[in-house]
Amino acid sequence: MPQTISQKILAKHAGKKEVQPGELINCKVDLVLGNDITAPTAIKEFERIGVKKVFDKKKIYLVPDHFTPAKDIKSAEQVKMMRHFAHKYGIVNFFEIGCMGVEHALLPEMGAIKPGDLVIGADSHTCTYGALGAFSTGVGSTDMAAGMATGEVWFKVPEQLKFIFKGKLPKWVEAKDLILYTIGQIGVDGARYMSMEFTGPVIDKLTVEGRLTMANMAIEAGGKNGIFGVDEKTQKYLHNVRVTRYPLLYSDPDAEYKQVYTWDISKIEPQVSFPHLPSNTKPVSKCSHVKIDQSVIGSCTNGRIEDMRIAAKILKGKKVHPGVRLIILPATQKIELAMIKEGLTEIFIKAGAAVSTPTCGPCLGGHMGILAEGERSIATTNRNFVGRMGHPKSEVYLSNVAVAAASAIAGHIVSPEDL
Amino acid sequence: MKGKAWKFGNNIDTDLIIPARYLNTSDPDELAKYAMLDADPEWVDKMKKGDFIVAGENFGCGSSREHAPIALKAAGVSAVIAKSFARIFYRNAINIGLPIMESPEAAEEIKEGDEVEVDITSGTIKDLTTGQTYKAQPFPKFMQKIIDQGGLINYLKATLKTA
Repeated sequence: MPQTISQKILAKHAGKKEVQPGELINCKVDLVLGNDITAPTAIKEFERIGVKKVFDKKKIYLVPDHFTPAKDIKSAEQVKMMRHFAHKYGIVNFFEIGCMGVEHALLPEMGAIKPGDLVIGADSHTCTYGALGAFSTGVGSTDMAAGMATGEVWFKVPEQLKFIFKGKLPKWVEAKDLILYTIGQIGVDGARYMSMEFTGPVIDKLTVEGRLTMANMAIEAGGKNGIFGVDEKTQKYLHNVRVTRYPLLYSDPDAEYKQVYTWDISKIEPQVSFPHLPSNTKPVSKCSHVKIDQSVIGSCTNGRIEDMRIAAKILKGKKVHPGVRLIILPATQKIELAMIKEGLTEIFIKAGAAVSTPTCGPCLGGHMGILAEGERSIATTNRNFVGRMGHPKSEVYLSNVAVAAASAIAGHIVSPEDL
Repeated sequence: MKGKAWKFGNNIDTDLIIPARYLNTSDPDELAKYAMLDADPEWVDKMKKGDFIVAGENFGCGSSREHAPIALKAAGVSAVIAKSFARIFYRNAINIGLPIMESPEAAEEIKEGDEVEVDITSGTIKDLTTGQTYKAQPFPKFMQKIIDQGGLINYLKATLKTA
Protein backbone atom coordinates (compact mmCIF):
# COMPACT_ATOMS: atom_id res chain seq x y z
CA MET A 1 0.00 0.00 0.00
CA PRO A 2 1.43 3.41 -0.94
CA GLN A 3 2.50 5.44 2.10
CA THR A 4 3.08 9.07 3.03
CA ILE A 5 6.32 10.24 4.67
CA SER A 6 4.60 10.27 8.05
CA GLN A 7 3.33 6.71 7.61
CA LYS A 8 6.77 5.51 6.46
CA ILE A 9 8.46 6.93 9.55
CA LEU A 10 5.81 5.52 11.91
CA ALA A 11 5.97 2.10 10.24
CA LYS A 12 9.75 1.91 10.45
CA HIS A 13 9.75 2.82 14.17
CA ALA A 14 7.01 0.28 14.87
CA GLY A 15 8.97 -2.45 13.08
CA LYS A 16 6.30 -2.77 10.40
CA LYS A 17 6.25 -2.60 6.61
CA GLU A 18 3.33 -0.20 6.52
CA VAL A 19 0.71 1.37 8.76
CA GLN A 20 -2.94 2.30 8.24
CA PRO A 21 -4.74 5.33 9.66
CA GLY A 22 -6.50 4.42 12.91
CA GLU A 23 -4.09 1.58 13.74
CA LEU A 24 -2.66 1.61 17.28
CA ILE A 25 1.09 1.08 17.24
CA ASN A 26 4.01 1.11 19.63
CA CYS A 27 7.03 3.04 18.32
CA LYS A 28 10.66 3.40 19.28
CA VAL A 29 11.65 7.05 19.64
CA ASP A 30 14.86 8.77 18.53
CA LEU A 31 14.56 11.76 20.82
CA VAL A 32 12.58 12.76 23.93
CA LEU A 33 12.36 16.45 24.83
CA GLY A 34 11.12 18.43 27.82
CA ASN A 35 11.22 22.00 29.13
CA ASP A 36 11.04 23.75 32.49
CA ILE A 37 7.23 23.58 32.60
CA THR A 38 6.72 20.00 31.50
CA ALA A 39 9.89 18.19 32.62
CA PRO A 40 9.38 18.62 36.40
CA THR A 41 6.06 16.72 36.23
CA ALA A 42 7.70 14.15 33.92
CA ILE A 43 10.57 13.71 36.38
CA LYS A 44 8.14 13.02 39.26
CA GLU A 45 6.28 10.47 37.12
CA PHE A 46 9.56 8.90 35.93
CA GLU A 47 10.61 8.31 39.54
CA ARG A 48 7.27 6.56 40.17
CA ILE A 49 7.93 4.00 37.41
CA GLY A 50 10.84 2.68 39.41
CA VAL A 51 13.39 2.06 36.64
CA LYS A 52 17.04 2.63 37.55
CA LYS A 53 18.14 4.37 34.36
CA VAL A 54 16.89 6.27 31.35
CA PHE A 55 16.58 4.42 28.04
CA ASP A 56 19.42 6.41 26.43
CA LYS A 57 21.47 9.18 28.04
CA LYS A 58 22.11 10.85 24.70
CA LYS A 59 18.57 10.83 23.34
CA ILE A 60 16.93 12.91 26.05
CA TYR A 61 16.99 16.69 25.65
CA LEU A 62 16.16 18.97 28.56
CA VAL A 63 15.84 22.65 27.70
CA PRO A 64 14.67 25.10 30.35
CA ASP A 65 13.44 27.93 28.12
CA HIS A 66 9.96 29.05 29.20
CA PHE A 67 10.54 30.95 32.44
CA THR A 68 14.31 31.38 32.06
CA PRO A 69 16.51 33.14 33.02
CA ALA A 70 14.51 32.07 36.09
CA LYS A 71 11.83 34.72 36.61
CA ASP A 72 11.04 33.84 40.22
CA ILE A 73 11.88 31.39 42.98
CA LYS A 74 9.40 28.72 41.91
CA SER A 75 10.73 28.79 38.32
CA ALA A 76 14.29 28.52 39.62
CA GLU A 77 13.23 25.45 41.64
CA GLN A 78 11.80 23.85 38.49
CA VAL A 79 15.10 24.28 36.63
CA LYS A 80 17.03 23.06 39.68
CA MET A 81 14.97 19.88 39.61
CA MET A 82 15.86 19.37 35.93
CA ARG A 83 19.54 20.01 36.63
CA HIS A 84 19.62 17.42 39.43
CA PHE A 85 17.77 14.90 37.29
CA ALA A 86 20.16 15.42 34.35
CA HIS A 87 23.12 14.95 36.70
CA LYS A 88 21.67 11.92 38.47
CA TYR A 89 20.93 10.00 35.26
CA GLY A 90 23.90 11.27 33.23
CA ILE A 91 21.73 13.04 30.66
CA VAL A 92 24.15 14.74 28.29
CA ASN A 93 21.83 17.15 26.52
CA PHE A 94 20.81 19.57 29.26
CA PHE A 95 21.09 23.17 28.11
CA GLU A 96 21.38 25.91 30.69
CA ILE A 97 21.59 29.67 30.43
CA GLY A 98 24.58 30.52 28.28
CA CYS A 99 24.11 27.68 25.81
CA MET A 100 20.32 27.40 25.73
CA GLY A 101 17.73 28.67 23.34
CA VAL A 102 14.03 28.29 22.69
CA GLU A 103 13.92 24.49 22.37
CA HIS A 104 12.44 24.27 18.87
CA ALA A 105 14.95 26.74 17.47
CA LEU A 106 17.85 25.19 19.37
CA LEU A 107 17.48 21.52 18.42
CA PRO A 108 17.47 21.93 14.61
CA GLU A 109 20.29 24.50 14.86
CA MET A 110 22.53 22.12 16.81
CA GLY A 111 21.92 19.22 14.43
CA ALA A 112 19.87 17.15 16.88
CA ILE A 113 17.17 16.37 14.30
CA LYS A 114 17.48 14.40 11.09
CA PRO A 115 15.01 13.29 8.44
CA GLY A 116 13.23 10.07 9.29
CA ASP A 117 13.55 10.59 13.05
CA LEU A 118 10.64 9.99 15.37
CA VAL A 119 10.60 12.70 18.03
CA ILE A 120 8.32 13.26 21.00
CA GLY A 121 8.49 16.38 23.12
CA ALA A 122 6.52 17.53 26.11
CA ASP A 123 5.70 20.76 24.33
CA SER A 124 2.97 21.15 21.77
CA HIS A 125 5.23 22.94 19.29
CA THR A 126 7.48 19.88 18.98
CA CYS A 127 5.78 19.52 15.59
CA THR A 128 8.35 22.12 14.34
CA TYR A 129 10.89 19.44 13.36
CA GLY A 130 8.65 18.13 10.60
CA ALA A 131 10.29 20.86 8.51
CA LEU A 132 13.35 18.60 8.37
CA GLY A 133 11.39 15.50 7.37
CA ALA A 134 11.06 14.06 10.89
CA PHE A 135 7.84 12.75 12.42
CA SER A 136 7.67 14.96 15.45
CA THR A 137 4.82 15.54 17.84
CA GLY A 138 3.91 17.06 21.17
CA VAL A 139 2.93 14.90 24.12
CA GLY A 140 2.33 15.47 27.83
CA SER A 141 4.64 14.96 30.79
CA THR A 142 3.53 11.38 31.52
CA ASP A 143 4.25 10.33 27.93
CA MET A 144 7.64 12.03 28.29
CA ALA A 145 8.29 10.09 31.51
CA ALA A 146 7.34 6.80 29.85
CA GLY A 147 9.47 7.73 26.84
CA MET A 148 12.51 8.43 29.04
CA ALA A 149 12.08 5.09 30.80
CA THR A 150 11.29 2.82 27.86
CA GLY A 151 12.32 4.69 24.70
CA GLU A 152 8.87 3.90 23.36
CA VAL A 153 5.52 5.61 22.85
CA TRP A 154 2.10 4.49 21.64
CA PHE A 155 0.41 6.20 18.72
CA LYS A 156 -2.82 6.04 16.84
CA VAL A 157 -1.75 6.34 13.19
CA PRO A 158 -3.20 9.66 12.04
CA GLU A 159 -5.14 10.30 8.87
CA GLN A 160 -3.22 12.26 6.25
CA LEU A 161 -3.93 15.74 4.88
CA LYS A 162 -2.03 17.35 2.03
CA PHE A 163 -1.66 21.08 1.38
CA ILE A 164 -0.41 22.18 -2.03
CA PHE A 165 0.68 25.80 -2.37
CA LYS A 166 0.75 27.14 -5.91
CA GLY A 167 1.60 30.53 -7.39
CA LYS A 168 4.20 33.07 -6.34
CA LEU A 169 4.74 34.47 -2.86
CA PRO A 170 3.66 38.14 -2.96
CA LYS A 171 5.84 40.89 -1.49
CA TRP A 172 5.90 40.97 2.35
CA VAL A 173 4.13 37.61 2.50
CA GLU A 174 6.16 35.14 4.56
CA ALA A 175 5.96 31.45 5.46
CA LYS A 176 4.09 32.59 8.57
CA ASP A 177 1.29 33.91 6.37
CA LEU A 178 0.96 30.57 4.59
CA ILE A 179 0.38 28.76 7.86
CA LEU A 180 -1.94 31.47 9.27
CA TYR A 181 -3.87 31.34 6.00
CA THR A 182 -4.08 27.54 6.26
CA ILE A 183 -5.40 27.72 9.84
CA GLY A 184 -7.83 30.45 8.80
CA GLN A 185 -9.16 28.20 6.05
CA ILE A 186 -9.50 24.92 7.95
CA GLY A 187 -9.98 26.16 11.56
CA VAL A 188 -8.28 25.35 14.84
CA ASP A 189 -9.52 21.78 14.69
CA GLY A 190 -9.39 21.35 10.90
CA ALA A 191 -6.49 18.90 11.22
CA ARG A 192 -7.39 17.46 14.62
CA TYR A 193 -5.46 14.23 15.12
CA MET A 194 -4.14 14.32 11.54
CA SER A 195 -0.84 14.68 9.72
CA MET A 196 -0.38 17.84 7.67
CA GLU A 197 1.93 17.50 4.68
CA PHE A 198 3.01 20.70 2.94
CA THR A 199 4.04 20.64 -0.72
CA GLY A 200 3.92 22.55 -3.99
CA PRO A 201 6.05 25.02 -5.94
CA VAL A 202 5.79 27.72 -3.23
CA ILE A 203 7.04 25.28 -0.59
CA ASP A 204 9.92 24.22 -2.86
CA LYS A 205 11.13 27.81 -2.90
CA LEU A 206 10.70 28.35 0.83
CA THR A 207 13.80 28.38 3.04
CA VAL A 208 14.16 25.72 5.72
CA GLU A 209 13.66 28.48 8.32
CA GLY A 210 10.31 29.27 6.69
CA ARG A 211 9.35 25.61 6.73
CA LEU A 212 10.21 25.45 10.45
CA THR A 213 7.79 28.37 10.98
CA MET A 214 5.03 26.52 9.14
CA ALA A 215 5.52 23.12 10.78
CA ASN A 216 5.65 24.89 14.15
CA MET A 217 2.01 25.92 13.87
CA ALA A 218 0.53 22.60 12.67
CA ILE A 219 -0.73 22.15 16.23
CA GLU A 220 -2.69 25.39 15.88
CA ALA A 221 -4.91 23.55 13.38
CA GLY A 222 -5.07 20.60 15.79
CA GLY A 223 -2.54 18.60 13.75
CA LYS A 224 -0.58 15.72 15.20
CA ASN A 225 2.38 16.62 13.04
CA GLY A 226 3.36 18.83 10.13
CA ILE A 227 5.82 17.46 7.61
CA PHE A 228 7.86 18.42 4.54
CA GLY A 229 9.75 16.27 2.06
CA VAL A 230 13.55 16.43 2.01
CA ASP A 231 15.03 18.44 -0.86
CA GLU A 232 18.29 20.18 -1.72
CA LYS A 233 17.49 23.01 0.67
CA THR A 234 17.00 20.59 3.53
CA GLN A 235 20.21 18.81 2.61
CA LYS A 236 22.17 22.07 2.56
CA TYR A 237 20.71 23.09 5.93
CA LEU A 238 21.61 19.71 7.41
CA HIS A 239 25.11 19.88 5.97
CA ASN A 240 25.61 23.25 7.69
CA VAL A 241 24.57 21.82 11.05
CA ARG A 242 26.75 18.73 10.48
CA VAL A 243 24.00 16.17 10.10
CA THR A 244 25.10 13.35 7.82
CA ARG A 245 23.61 9.99 6.89
CA TYR A 246 19.85 10.10 6.85
CA PRO A 247 17.15 8.59 4.64
CA LEU A 248 15.68 10.65 1.80
CA LEU A 249 12.00 10.16 2.42
CA TYR A 250 9.16 11.10 0.11
CA SER A 251 5.47 10.37 0.04
CA ASP A 252 4.52 7.84 -2.59
CA PRO A 253 2.80 9.64 -5.49
CA ASP A 254 -0.34 7.53 -5.07
CA ALA A 255 -0.42 7.71 -1.26
CA GLU A 256 -3.91 8.21 0.16
CA TYR A 257 -5.01 11.45 1.76
CA LYS A 258 -8.20 12.12 3.64
CA GLN A 259 -8.25 15.48 1.93
CA VAL A 260 -6.03 17.51 -0.41
CA TYR A 261 -6.17 21.31 -0.29
CA THR A 262 -4.77 23.23 -3.25
CA TRP A 263 -4.40 26.99 -2.96
CA ASP A 264 -2.99 29.64 -5.29
CA ILE A 265 -1.44 32.13 -2.88
CA SER A 266 -0.32 34.70 -5.49
CA LYS A 267 -2.90 37.20 -4.32
CA ILE A 268 -2.96 36.74 -0.56
CA GLU A 269 -1.85 39.53 1.76
CA PRO A 270 0.06 39.18 5.02
CA GLN A 271 -2.38 37.62 7.48
CA VAL A 272 -3.29 38.81 10.98
CA SER A 273 -5.02 36.50 13.48
CA PHE A 274 -7.42 38.45 15.65
CA PRO A 275 -8.17 37.50 19.25
CA HIS A 276 -8.73 34.88 20.51
CA LEU A 277 -8.01 32.11 18.02
CA PRO A 278 -5.23 31.65 15.45
CA SER A 279 -7.95 30.82 12.90
CA ASN A 280 -9.44 34.33 13.19
CA THR A 281 -7.43 35.62 10.24
CA LYS A 282 -7.87 38.83 8.26
CA PRO A 283 -5.74 40.34 5.50
CA VAL A 284 -3.49 43.07 6.92
CA SER A 285 -5.17 45.81 4.86
CA LYS A 286 -8.33 45.29 6.95
CA CYS A 287 -6.53 45.81 10.27
CA SER A 288 -5.29 49.41 10.29
CA HIS A 289 -7.88 50.43 12.88
CA VAL A 290 -6.18 48.27 15.52
CA LYS A 291 -3.92 50.37 17.75
CA ILE A 292 -1.21 48.50 19.62
CA ASP A 293 0.68 48.94 22.89
CA GLN A 294 3.32 46.31 22.23
CA SER A 295 5.00 44.37 19.47
CA VAL A 296 6.82 41.09 20.11
CA ILE A 297 9.24 39.63 17.57
CA GLY A 298 10.62 36.21 18.44
CA SER A 299 9.52 32.75 19.70
CA CYS A 300 9.90 29.22 18.32
CA THR A 301 7.75 30.38 15.40
CA ASN A 302 9.68 33.47 14.28
CA GLY A 303 12.83 34.00 16.33
CA ARG A 304 15.45 32.83 13.84
CA ILE A 305 18.15 34.91 12.12
CA GLU A 306 16.15 35.16 8.90
CA ASP A 307 13.33 36.75 10.94
CA MET A 308 15.72 39.17 12.61
CA ARG A 309 17.04 40.26 9.21
CA ILE A 310 13.51 41.03 8.00
CA ALA A 311 12.81 43.05 11.16
CA ALA A 312 16.08 44.97 10.80
CA LYS A 313 15.36 45.83 7.17
CA ILE A 314 12.17 47.57 8.27
CA LEU A 315 13.45 49.15 11.48
CA LYS A 316 16.75 50.47 10.11
CA GLY A 317 16.92 54.22 10.65
CA LYS A 318 13.34 54.31 12.00
CA LYS A 319 11.93 54.90 15.47
CA VAL A 320 9.45 52.75 17.34
CA HIS A 321 6.18 54.67 17.92
CA PRO A 322 6.27 56.40 21.33
CA GLY A 323 3.15 54.53 22.41
CA VAL A 324 4.59 51.10 21.58
CA ARG A 325 6.99 48.80 23.40
CA LEU A 326 8.92 46.67 20.90
CA ILE A 327 10.45 43.53 22.39
CA ILE A 328 12.80 41.41 20.30
CA LEU A 329 13.74 37.91 21.41
CA PRO A 330 16.41 36.03 19.46
CA ALA A 331 15.58 32.35 19.88
CA THR A 332 19.10 31.07 20.58
CA GLN A 333 22.53 32.27 21.72
CA LYS A 334 23.86 31.64 18.23
CA ILE A 335 21.16 33.84 16.70
CA GLU A 336 21.83 36.53 19.31
CA LEU A 337 25.52 36.51 18.41
CA ALA A 338 24.81 36.62 14.68
CA MET A 339 22.54 39.62 15.30
CA ILE A 340 25.39 41.44 17.01
CA LYS A 341 27.90 40.52 14.29
CA GLU A 342 25.55 41.62 11.50
CA GLY A 343 24.76 44.89 13.25
CA LEU A 344 21.08 44.01 13.73
CA THR A 345 21.12 44.47 17.50
CA GLU A 346 22.39 48.02 17.04
CA ILE A 347 19.63 48.76 14.53
CA PHE A 348 17.02 47.48 16.99
CA ILE A 349 18.37 49.37 20.00
CA LYS A 350 18.73 52.60 18.02
CA ALA A 351 15.13 52.21 16.88
CA GLY A 352 14.06 52.02 20.51
CA ALA A 353 13.47 48.28 20.87
CA ALA A 354 14.33 46.15 23.89
CA VAL A 355 16.44 43.15 22.92
CA SER A 356 16.21 40.15 25.27
CA THR A 357 18.31 37.04 25.80
CA PRO A 358 16.71 33.86 24.39
CA THR A 359 13.50 32.87 26.19
CA CYS A 360 9.89 31.93 25.43
CA GLY A 361 9.08 34.84 27.77
CA PRO A 362 5.97 36.79 26.81
CA CYS A 363 4.73 34.30 24.17
CA LEU A 364 2.94 32.35 26.90
CA GLY A 365 2.56 35.21 29.35
CA GLY A 366 5.59 34.08 31.32
CA HIS A 367 7.71 37.20 31.70
CA MET A 368 9.65 39.80 29.65
CA GLY A 369 6.67 41.73 28.34
CA ILE A 370 3.38 40.90 30.04
CA LEU A 371 0.27 42.86 29.05
CA ALA A 372 -1.92 44.88 31.44
CA GLU A 373 -5.73 44.91 31.33
CA GLY A 374 -7.03 46.24 28.03
CA GLU A 375 -3.60 46.29 26.33
CA ARG A 376 -2.94 44.94 22.86
CA SER A 377 0.12 43.34 21.36
CA ILE A 378 0.94 42.31 17.86
CA ALA A 379 3.24 39.28 17.98
CA THR A 380 5.08 36.89 15.70
CA THR A 381 4.27 34.14 18.20
CA ASN A 382 1.81 31.28 17.68
CA ARG A 383 -1.17 31.68 20.02
CA ASN A 384 -3.61 34.47 20.80
CA PHE A 385 -5.85 32.70 23.32
CA VAL A 386 -7.52 34.65 26.15
CA GLY A 387 -4.84 35.76 28.62
CA ARG A 388 -2.05 34.25 26.56
CA MET A 389 0.32 37.20 27.04
CA GLY A 390 -0.94 38.51 30.35
CA HIS A 391 -4.20 39.92 31.67
CA PRO A 392 -7.31 37.93 30.63
CA LYS A 393 -8.64 41.19 29.18
CA SER A 394 -5.55 41.86 27.05
CA GLU A 395 -5.36 40.98 23.35
CA VAL A 396 -2.82 39.34 21.06
CA TYR A 397 -2.78 39.70 17.26
CA LEU A 398 -0.59 37.20 15.40
CA SER A 399 1.35 38.24 12.32
CA ASN A 400 4.53 37.76 10.34
CA VAL A 401 7.77 39.57 11.22
CA ALA A 402 7.50 42.40 8.69
CA VAL A 403 4.01 43.37 9.86
CA ALA A 404 5.03 43.23 13.55
CA ALA A 405 8.04 45.47 12.84
CA ALA A 406 6.08 47.92 10.68
CA SER A 407 3.25 48.11 13.22
CA ALA A 408 5.75 48.93 15.98
CA ILE A 409 6.75 51.99 13.97
CA ALA A 410 3.21 53.01 13.02
CA GLY A 411 1.55 52.42 16.42
CA HIS A 412 -1.23 50.45 14.77
CA ILE A 413 -1.36 47.30 12.66
CA VAL A 414 -0.02 48.04 9.21
CA SER A 415 1.65 46.42 6.24
CA PRO A 416 5.26 47.54 5.60
CA GLU A 417 3.92 48.58 2.20
CA ASP A 418 1.86 51.35 3.83
CA LEU A 419 4.46 52.69 6.25
CA MET B 1 -20.49 9.24 39.81
CA LYS B 2 -23.05 11.97 40.31
CA GLY B 3 -22.68 15.72 40.10
CA LYS B 4 -23.72 18.99 38.54
CA ALA B 5 -22.95 19.95 34.93
CA TRP B 6 -20.90 23.07 34.15
CA LYS B 7 -21.16 24.09 30.50
CA PHE B 8 -18.32 25.53 28.44
CA GLY B 9 -18.16 26.30 24.71
CA ASN B 10 -16.03 25.17 21.75
CA ASN B 11 -12.22 25.30 21.61
CA ILE B 12 -11.65 25.60 25.35
CA ASP B 13 -7.86 25.91 25.23
CA THR B 14 -5.33 24.89 27.85
CA ASP B 15 -4.58 28.53 28.68
CA LEU B 16 -8.23 28.84 29.77
CA ILE B 17 -8.04 25.58 31.72
CA ILE B 18 -4.85 26.63 33.52
CA PRO B 19 -3.13 29.93 32.61
CA ALA B 20 0.63 29.72 32.00
CA ARG B 21 1.31 32.26 34.73
CA TYR B 22 0.57 29.54 37.29
CA LEU B 23 2.74 26.89 35.67
CA ASN B 24 5.81 27.56 37.77
CA THR B 25 4.75 24.66 39.97
CA SER B 26 3.82 21.04 39.38
CA ASP B 27 1.83 20.69 42.64
CA PRO B 28 -1.70 19.47 41.75
CA ASP B 29 -3.43 21.16 44.72
CA GLU B 30 -1.80 24.48 43.88
CA LEU B 31 -2.80 24.11 40.19
CA ALA B 32 -6.38 23.22 41.19
CA LYS B 33 -6.86 26.70 42.69
CA TYR B 34 -6.62 28.24 39.20
CA ALA B 35 -8.61 25.70 37.17
CA MET B 36 -10.70 27.35 34.42
CA LEU B 37 -9.69 30.75 35.84
CA ASP B 38 -9.64 32.73 32.58
CA ALA B 39 -12.85 31.08 31.37
CA ASP B 40 -14.76 31.80 34.60
CA PRO B 41 -12.84 33.33 37.52
CA GLU B 42 -15.42 32.16 40.08
CA TRP B 43 -15.83 28.62 38.80
CA VAL B 44 -13.42 27.01 41.27
CA ASP B 45 -15.42 28.44 44.20
CA LYS B 46 -18.80 27.58 42.68
CA MET B 47 -18.10 23.99 41.66
CA LYS B 48 -18.23 21.05 44.05
CA LYS B 49 -16.09 17.92 44.06
CA GLY B 50 -17.71 15.34 41.80
CA ASP B 51 -19.13 17.87 39.31
CA PHE B 52 -18.77 17.50 35.53
CA ILE B 53 -17.50 19.75 32.78
CA VAL B 54 -19.65 19.60 29.64
CA ALA B 55 -18.08 21.30 26.61
CA GLY B 56 -18.19 21.64 22.84
CA GLU B 57 -15.69 20.75 20.12
CA ASN B 58 -11.91 20.49 20.51
CA PHE B 59 -11.76 20.66 24.32
CA GLY B 60 -8.18 21.17 25.58
CA CYS B 61 -6.67 22.55 22.39
CA GLY B 62 -3.35 24.37 22.50
CA SER B 63 -0.44 23.57 24.74
CA SER B 64 0.73 20.11 25.81
CA ARG B 65 0.66 21.10 29.48
CA GLU B 66 -0.47 18.10 31.50
CA HIS B 67 -1.19 20.65 34.21
CA ALA B 68 -4.55 21.16 32.47
CA PRO B 69 -6.06 17.71 33.17
CA ILE B 70 -4.13 17.61 36.47
CA ALA B 71 -5.74 20.89 37.62
CA LEU B 72 -9.24 19.65 36.68
CA LYS B 73 -8.70 16.29 38.39
CA ALA B 74 -7.30 17.93 41.55
CA ALA B 75 -10.19 20.42 41.59
CA GLY B 76 -12.50 17.41 41.85
CA VAL B 77 -13.96 17.20 38.34
CA SER B 78 -15.24 13.64 37.99
CA ALA B 79 -15.26 13.64 34.19
CA VAL B 80 -15.16 15.92 31.16
CA ILE B 81 -17.91 15.29 28.62
CA ALA B 82 -17.31 16.97 25.24
CA LYS B 83 -18.26 16.84 21.57
CA SER B 84 -14.57 16.24 20.79
CA PHE B 85 -11.15 16.57 22.42
CA ALA B 86 -7.85 17.98 21.17
CA ARG B 87 -5.41 15.11 20.80
CA ILE B 88 -2.72 15.99 23.36
CA PHE B 89 -5.33 16.73 26.03
CA TYR B 90 -7.03 13.42 25.18
CA ARG B 91 -3.75 11.50 25.66
CA ASN B 92 -2.87 13.39 28.81
CA ALA B 93 -6.27 12.82 30.41
CA ILE B 94 -6.01 9.06 29.78
CA ASN B 95 -2.41 9.00 30.97
CA ILE B 96 -3.16 10.72 34.30
CA GLY B 97 -6.53 9.07 34.90
CA LEU B 98 -8.98 11.94 34.36
CA PRO B 99 -12.12 10.37 32.87
CA ILE B 100 -13.12 11.87 29.52
CA MET B 101 -16.19 11.02 27.49
CA GLU B 102 -16.84 11.89 23.86
CA SER B 103 -20.55 12.30 23.14
CA PRO B 104 -21.75 15.08 20.82
CA GLU B 105 -25.39 14.46 21.80
CA ALA B 106 -24.79 14.62 25.55
CA ALA B 107 -22.55 17.67 25.16
CA GLU B 108 -25.25 19.40 23.12
CA GLU B 109 -28.30 18.54 25.20
CA ILE B 110 -27.11 18.61 28.81
CA LYS B 111 -27.78 22.06 30.30
CA GLU B 112 -25.78 23.97 32.87
CA GLY B 113 -26.89 22.94 36.34
CA ASP B 114 -28.37 19.61 35.26
CA GLU B 115 -27.75 16.74 37.64
CA VAL B 116 -25.65 14.16 35.77
CA GLU B 117 -24.79 10.56 36.55
CA VAL B 118 -22.00 8.78 34.73
CA ASP B 119 -20.84 5.19 34.58
CA ILE B 120 -17.32 5.27 33.20
CA THR B 121 -16.98 1.52 32.65
CA SER B 122 -20.05 1.24 30.45
CA GLY B 123 -19.68 4.75 29.01
CA THR B 124 -23.21 5.70 30.04
CA ILE B 125 -24.12 9.31 30.71
CA LYS B 126 -27.47 10.01 32.36
CA ASP B 127 -29.01 13.48 32.66
CA LEU B 128 -31.08 13.00 35.83
CA THR B 129 -32.79 16.38 35.33
CA THR B 130 -34.21 15.47 31.91
CA GLY B 131 -34.11 11.69 32.18
CA GLN B 132 -32.12 11.36 28.93
CA THR B 133 -29.44 8.69 28.59
CA TYR B 134 -26.41 8.90 26.30
CA LYS B 135 -23.65 6.50 25.30
CA ALA B 136 -20.08 7.81 24.98
CA GLN B 137 -17.64 6.62 22.29
CA PRO B 138 -15.97 3.47 23.62
CA PHE B 139 -12.17 3.48 23.99
CA PRO B 140 -9.97 1.07 22.03
CA LYS B 141 -8.98 -1.95 24.18
CA PHE B 142 -5.41 -0.80 24.67
CA MET B 143 -6.48 2.62 25.97
CA GLN B 144 -9.12 1.00 28.17
CA LYS B 145 -6.33 -1.03 29.80
CA ILE B 146 -4.43 2.18 30.66
CA ILE B 147 -7.64 3.70 32.02
CA ASP B 148 -8.40 0.59 34.08
CA GLN B 149 -4.94 0.79 35.66
CA GLY B 150 -5.54 4.43 36.62
CA GLY B 151 -3.08 5.88 34.11
CA LEU B 152 0.02 5.20 32.03
CA ILE B 153 2.55 5.01 34.87
CA ASN B 154 0.59 2.33 36.75
CA TYR B 155 0.06 0.48 33.47
CA LEU B 156 3.81 0.60 32.77
CA LYS B 157 4.68 -0.56 36.28
CA ALA B 158 2.36 -3.53 35.84
CA THR B 159 3.73 -4.33 32.37
CA LEU B 160 7.38 -3.97 33.39
CA LYS B 161 6.75 -6.28 36.38
CA THR B 162 5.28 -9.02 34.21
CA ALA B 163 7.90 -8.59 31.47
